[in-house]
Amino acid sequence: MKSQVKLRKYHAPVWSEPIIMEMSHRGERGILIPIAEDEIKTAIGDAESYVPEEMQRKELPKLPELSQPQVLRHYEHLAQETLGMEENIDISQGTCTMKYSPKVNEILARTPQIADIHPLQDEDTIQGVLQIIYQLDLFLREISGMDQFTFQAGGGAHATYINACVLRAYHDANGELGERNEVITTVFSHPCDAATPNTAGFKVITLMPDANGYPDIEALRAACSKHTAGLMMTNPEDTGIYNPRVEEYVKAVHDVGGLCFYDQANLNGIMGVARAREAGFDACHFNLHKTFSSPHGCMGPACGAYGVRNKLAKFLPTPLIGFDGKKYHLDYDRPDSLGKVREFFGNVQVLLRTYAWIMSMGADGLLEAAHVSVINNNYLSKLLMAIPGVTKRYAEDKIRLDQVRFSWEKLEKDTGCGTLDVQKRMIDFGVQSYHTSHHPWIVREPFTPEPCETYSKEDCDYWAAVLRQVSWEAYTNPKIVKTAPHNAAIHAINRDVLDDPKRWAMTWSAYLKKVDNNR
Amino acid sequence: MSKKLGFIVNPIAGMGGRVGLKGTDGQMILEKARQLGAVPESPRRSAIALKRIICIKENIELITYPHEMGEDEARECGFNPTVIGSIRLGRTTLHDTENAAKEMLRLGVDLLLFCGGDGTARDVYNVIGDEVASLGIPAGVKIHSAVYATSPHNAGDLAVACLEGSSSGLRLRLAEVMDIDEEAFRDNRLSARLYGYLKVPYQRRLVQSGKSGSTHEEEASIDAIASDVINNMQDDCLYIIGSGTTTRAIMEKLGLENTLLGIDAVYSKKLTGLDLNEAQLLKLTEGTRAKIVVTVIGGQGYIFGRGNQQISAKVIEKVGKENIIVIATQNKILSLKGNPLLVDTGEDKVNQMLGGYIKVISGFNERIMLKVAT
Ligand SMILES: Cc1ncc(COP(=O)(O)O)c(C=O)c1O
Repeated sequence: MKSQVKLRKYHAPVWSEPIIMEMSHRGERGILIPIAEDEIKTAIGDAESYVPEEMQRKELPKLPELSQPQVLRHYEHLAQETLGMEENIDISQGTCTMKYSPKVNEILARTPQIADIHPLQDEDTIQGVLQIIYQLDLFLREISGMDQFTFQAGGGAHATYINACVLRAYHDANGELGERNEVITTVFSHPCDAATPNTAGFKVITLMPDANGYPDIEALRAACSKHTAGLMMTNPEDTGIYNPRVEEYVKAVHDVGGLCFYDQANLNGIMGVARAREAGFDACHFNLHKTFSSPHGCMGPACGAYGVRNKLAKFLPTPLIGFDGKKYHLDYDRPDSLGKVREFFGNVQVLLRTYAWIMSMGADGLLEAAHVSVINNNYLSKLLMAIPGVTKRYAEDKIRLDQVRFSWEKLEKDTGCGTLDVQKRMIDFGVQSYHTSHHPWIVREPFTPEPCETYSKEDCDYWAAVLRQVSWEAYTNPKIVKTAPHNAAIHAINRDVLDDPKRWAMTWSAYLKKVDNNR
Repeated sequence: MSKKLGFIVNPIAGMGGRVGLKGTDGQMILEKARQLGAVPESPRRSAIALKRIICIKENIELITYPHEMGEDEARECGFNPTVIGSIRLGRTTLHDTENAAKEMLRLGVDLLLFCGGDGTARDVYNVIGDEVASLGIPAGVKIHSAVYATSPHNAGDLAVACLEGSSSGLRLRLAEVMDIDEEAFRDNRLSARLYGYLKVPYQRRLVQSGKSGSTHEEEASIDAIASDVINNMQDDCLYIIGSGTTTRAIMEKLGLENTLLGIDAVYSKKLTGLDLNEAQLLKLTEGTRAKIVVTVIGGQGYIFGRGNQQISAKVIEKVGKENIIVIATQNKILSLKGNPLLVDTGEDKVNQMLGGYIKVISGFNERIMLKVAT
């Protein structure tokens, strides 16, 4: 297959942009707040007296001091140095479903009716918003088969954490929590399916894949016991392989009294095709910032919409939104609720975008999105498998759903260029570096693209052509790959320090402290 | 000051493999291998590794042994090595390997790179123990030892990282030196044992993207495993602690003296025996509840029978399957590449009893289901 695609020349602007704290000048201001007029002063009194004394600062906060144009320039520079969703063909972030979010929904989310309301406003004044959330719940019930959703979680892992708390509350209510202290997951599920029950106090038991790439069902049967609190898993897993026997897994856990949670953060491949309810699950969650076309906001604002069957609904966080046929209201009177996992009722702008997107797509549109994403994925997979050095693990003949776990292991053996090298070189052609894998120690030299329905055939062709070029370079001129990126804003950095806590500094003051200590 | 790299090639390693013999230890076997037309694997493989190192040639001193024990490969690859010692051409023995290692230790090499198989690793271990960092280039027929890099290519890259000292992802760890009784092996009886540990460099496989933000550190997982075991320790119960670095972490966390290769015992978090043999273990378990804590030894997945031999079939039977605690880091489990855990207690009945799935402790409150093959 000869590539017809003409690769673009790309070069990022380089600004050597300092950290904003380094740019600070004592006394510099963005806004000078006018001093209150005497008339106002006499009427209102001293502004400080409105702040309780114990809450008043003794010292000024250590904030950067800059003028408005300096701040603007700084963030413009950073934006230019970044290969964002809107500059590049964002197929690279497998498991993230980098969907185009229509601009009209952005405009809606910024209207004052949504941007300027406050969650403590009187219910009567936010009926429209409550209606949207209530109806979104109904949509998601239809899509999942669950009976009630909560939108409080600020992300997918957060929703998974709610599930871990629901497991706790449910078994506690049955008087079995002491005994049921184990949660089962699979190694190719998202790591949060292990991490969140662990955080909630459970022992976590992980199932490894069998020769076909499915979680070993015999291991699951052996793991199930009177100690089993529940199962938390994805399907398709990160490998993109749908497990057709998922009902048997669910049954094995139900048979010993455990609950089953379906991590559907990435619903895209089966949206409108298969539902959590029919597979027997008791609960599930959707990442609205993936499948439902709300942008990923760099660790938020996002939403993990978490849904359960009736028997678990009473444990959901408070408040839920009720409707008496005339009026929507916030229901705080829920004695069995596990309380709050976050303030108020979620990231409302995310919910609005989701609502608008579903309304514009309709049921048929959702199904079509799933189909197109699966077709895209299998088309891209064909292109990639023809590239020297690319292999895929497990069930090679099986159709994958939304994504595929590929490997550069062969390329690495042949040329010494591994997945991290390719990842850095691809930036030079204007596509962002790809996600390797949540568990790079299992499938070696991994990479995981996800060409969801947003991307056209030409987009898939271009993305594959970039990898084909990098593979060709690795075989003919590995040095250019090894020393990449050459055209990015920042050149190769030593990643080894990234996991060395001694070298970390999460804040400016932590950085100053470390510099001081090293003197 | 430039770094010193010691380089030893076992010139006959790997000869048996191609002609269907199982190793080349012993002069008779070697002659047989030659008659069968065997060619040595080590020159080619060690050259692959050296070619990865040539880029730092100017900054290091390569110290090696004459001719086929390293000099030839070094010169062929463009090095100008310091050659020490003397050998009888075509008649080298394990004593040459040992002498070379001894001399290099004395010369203060920063890393000792050796090419061979399990026998070679053992010879090196006999001389240097864990005094200096060392690393194997795999060429032998039998490689059960964890001291070998995954490929000659990788051995070269690791050596560079180690000598340049630039990469903070580089760590040293104690890795198992395993070897098989070759006589038994040729009779199709498999019996390997743990001889000791060499200090080898390894690169943590940090291929994790920033997205999920978690790091995976071997040391941290070993520590977490030790915490889990200690957290669940019962007071009226004897704990038999098997050999290995993972199990040793439990003892260290408890602040107890311990042996790396030997079997130790703990009761109520106090030491009750060091380097115990089978008879002592049977005696200690008399009239008390007991648990056995073992880790996977070597790269093949053995929990009993290759190392831990002191915990015999009798001891295991007495303690009972439900009281066996297996611990291993996720990395170690993954190095098994999906293969099951293995046992070879010498008693079929006990091997059968140990079969089936177990929950291996892989972190604090973390378990991985693994199968023990029967
Ligand atoms: C299957 C799956 N579950 C959960 C999550 C976690 O979602 P979030 O990143 O919003 O916390 C992700 C995100 O990568 C995921 O892919």
